[in-house]
Amino acid sequence: MSRILDAKIPSGPLADKWDRHEMECPLVAPANRRKFTVIVVGTGLAGGGAAATLGELGYNVLNFCVQDTPRRAHSVAAQGGINASKNYQNDGDSVERLFYDTVKGGDYRSREANVYRLSQLSMGIIDQCVAMGVPFAREYGGTLANRSFGGVQVSRTFYARGQTGQQLLLGVYSALSRQIAAGTVKMFPRHEMLDLVVVDGKARGIVCRDLVTGEMKRYAADAVVLATGGYSPVFYLSTNAVNCSATSIWRAYKRGALFANPCYTQIHPTAIPQLGDYQSKLTLMSESLRNDGRMWVPKAPGDKRRPADIPEAERDYFLERRYPAFGNLVPRDIAARASKVECDAGKGVGNTGFAVYLDFADAIKRLGRDVVADRYGNLFTMYEEIIADDPYHTPMMIYPAPHYTMGGLWVDYNLESTIPGLFVAGEANFSDHGANRLGASALMQGCADGYFVVPRVVAGYLARGGLGKVTTDHDAFGAVEDEVRRRYDALLAVKGSRTVRDFHWDLGRVMWDKVGMSRDRAGLEQAIVRIRELREAYWHDVKVPGEAADFNKQLEMAGRVADFLELGELMAMDALAREESCGGHFRAEHHTPEGEARRDDENFMHVAAWEHKGDGQAPERHVEPLAYENIEVKTRSYK
Amino acid sequence: MTIHLKIWRQARGAAKGNFETYTVEKILPEMSFLETLDLLNEQLTRQGRQPVEFDSDCREGICGTCGLVIKGTAHGPNPKTTTCEVRMRHFHDGETITVEPFRAGPFPILKDLVVDRTAFDRIQQQGGFVTANVGSAPDGNAVPIPKIDADKAMDAASCIGCGACVAACPNASASLFVGAKISQLSYLPQGGPERGRRALLMIGQMDREGFGDCSNHGECEAVCPKEISIENIARMRREFFKGALGGHDRKAATGD
Repeated sequence: MSRILDAKIPSGPLADKWDRHEMECPLVAPANRRKFTVIVVGTGLAGGGAAATLGELGYNVLNFCVQDTPRRAHSVAAQGGINASKNYQNDGDSVERLFYDTVKGGDYRSREANVYRLSQLSMGIIDQCVAMGVPFAREYGGTLANRSFGGVQVSRTFYARGQTGQQLLLGVYSALSRQIAAGTVKMFPRHEMLDLVVVDGKARGIVCRDLVTGEMKRYAADAVVLATGGYSPVFYLSTNAVNCSATSIWRAYKRGALFANPCYTQIHPTAIPQLGDYQSKLTLMSESLRNDGRMWVPKAPGDKRRPADIPEAERDYFLERRYPAFGNLVPRDIAARASKVECDAGKGVGNTGFAVYLDFADAIKRLGRDVVADRYGNLFTMYEEIIADDPYHTPMMIYPAPHYTMGGLWVDYNLESTIPGLFVAGEANFSDHGANRLGASALMQGCADGYFVVPRVVAGYLARGGLGKVTTDHDAFGAVEDEVRRRYDALLAVKGSRTVRDFHWDLGRVMWDKVGMSRDRAGLEQAIVRIRELREAYWHDVKVPGEAADFNKQLEMAGRVADFLELGELMAMDALAREESCGGHFRAEHHTPEGEARRDDENFMHVAAWEHKGDGQAPERHVEPLAYENIEVKTRSYK
Repeated sequence: MTIHLKIWRQARGAAKGNFETYTVEKILPEMSFLETLDLLNEQLTRQGRQPVEFDSDCREGICGTCGLVIKGTAHGPNPKTTTCEVRMRHFHDGETITVEPFRAGPFPILKDLVVDRTAFDRIQQQGGFVTANVGSAPDGNAVPIPKIDADKAMDAASCIGCGACVAACPNASASLFVGAKISQLSYLPQGGPERGRRALLMIGQMDREGFGDCSNHGECEAVCPKEISIENIARMRREFFKGALGGHDRKAATGD
């Protein structure tokens, strides 16, 4: 009988939970804080925010990132915006409504208490970022501007042109820079965490590789925070940066942290379609484009005329037709799947037939070219450079692409994993988005976790005491470092015939075809077999050039792909076990007569968290039942 | 397309470097320049040779990680683009393309095309921030900011810290990078009290790192993928003079 996970949600009314919890979290006195060392892995909104804030409070922080500087964490790439329930537009927004939209958007598979806390903290994030000099868009009167995003009917999204993630990240980076100068945060760029060190059942350190020298290094701490982002590159082609990986969280999983809802991946509806098999990534076009862009395909399958030659009457604005209430602003999973339905019916456009149009002609007519350029100009330029076509005159071609992963390490209300002292923040954890993430809420969660939640809950953990002194001389560090070394030496020793990219590409195709936008039993079973074969082949036939003790990008990638080859299987297993459709998880066996996702609340209103039982052994599936006490669980409808 | 790549190879920082030429075939015009390097590295790996090390991450022009001198120009021949955004359709079949790392004393080479730009971080740490502790901020609308100022701040803030400005400058000056940050914060009321100190400290660090002075060549603006205007350098200078004249700010920054 698998254990049932305790989320440690504070009792009492929803609206008071976080305040009460903050009061109940014990504190560490200012003079004692510098005696504690906290490792933070990652420098995005969650990791950088946590490191800077913990440093500001006086803790001794060690902060690691794989990039050459913390300012390049992948949060930098988020375009559209960040939500906050400020109700500045007087359109009826509130903490309750943001909470409701997020829980509904996540298809009732997220945790009420966490989402409510997120909604409450959202307002403070905007204030904090403004105070740090983040240049949010403003109205002529000097007040902050807002726009709307998919899945909601209010304008609550704050933005900085199409570079909101970059600007928020630069805010984090500047706060971090201040603490580095003050000596509270010690920064380790170009360092990759390769394993977690657990001593007496508690997270006490990490083993890293210095990516410049190749040297293995050990770091000890009183608590470890992982904020290493998502794992979409398991699909090979995704909107993620090439260095995004699952290695930190996957190594923690293998050390005993549970992995929750791995099958929940978001396939973002508006990316530039795949062009060829040489490609290294898919480029996201911000969801904000759907505020003014209209999605359509030709009504007749196989219609290969140029878009301008297809008259209005022969176009199908399929989102407006199917979802009149939300139209082009339906949530991402709905829009992505709707595009797939059209393309599968032979109505896809472009050379491959795997694309739909996103048309700005009406917006340009209504608002004028300048306004459209002001709102989306940088995205249009980016599109034109890649496709060599001008979206001011011809509609954009878009297609869904793997984007954000809602699954991640299981955490309780304190963002603590099942390994005491191991905290997980931002996209690396599973907690706030359920089965589908609404637009502009990833930045919100990253900031909330980093600036506000982690500093409190880590302090609470440290203040409870009972932590003995552990140094990197401890046997556990030696043992973990040896394992890491052996693993890397083994990769270099294979000297096979196929490159790391070859294997990664093959894995990506299996994941996309069988574990992608819609899945079925047969496909998932095939995927599991195929991934096992690939993994077996990898360790016998991969060719990794160079040495371990050197700058060696191919070796870095080899380690990451080895982990993706394991994680991919767990994603397929999780998808197979979840006999329902919800959010970004669509099982072809479970849909309504209209083709909409059909949830099974009776049997699956829970978080599935997997426990590693050893290599070659089946992981064990545990559940955390989800209770909705403050929100009425309904069939999700955007019609 | 077939392209010949004449690439700078250098085993490590202390080693001597040299150019080597490689040929890559079957390149499609819509491929990106970095995807061409990926293809080359696949080829080299299969042949048992050392792949070329280069930095990249987001591959959509926003993270600032990639940076190469392509055909003598930082980020390549297209204006307003990062290296990762350059497409092969801008080159012709059979062309030989020279590829070098960003060259500047304060950006030491780590390996092949990879340079160390942490000097930028150290400049930033000297004051490229607003001192605002988490949790005590007033409402975001408490201080209205004219749209024009917010827009100007955003123009400057769009700097991605890639370092092309330094690589393009005959003096290896970091003035565009530093000017962008100082300008951004000077347009906003937040952090006003530390304005003068910020300018003095950041510029002081820029000098200590070994970046040269700006002598108005404008090469930095020409290669900047984010179109950061050289006006920001003029603004930086004004901020510096104001800081230098501003009593206690100067004392705090210089220790005089």
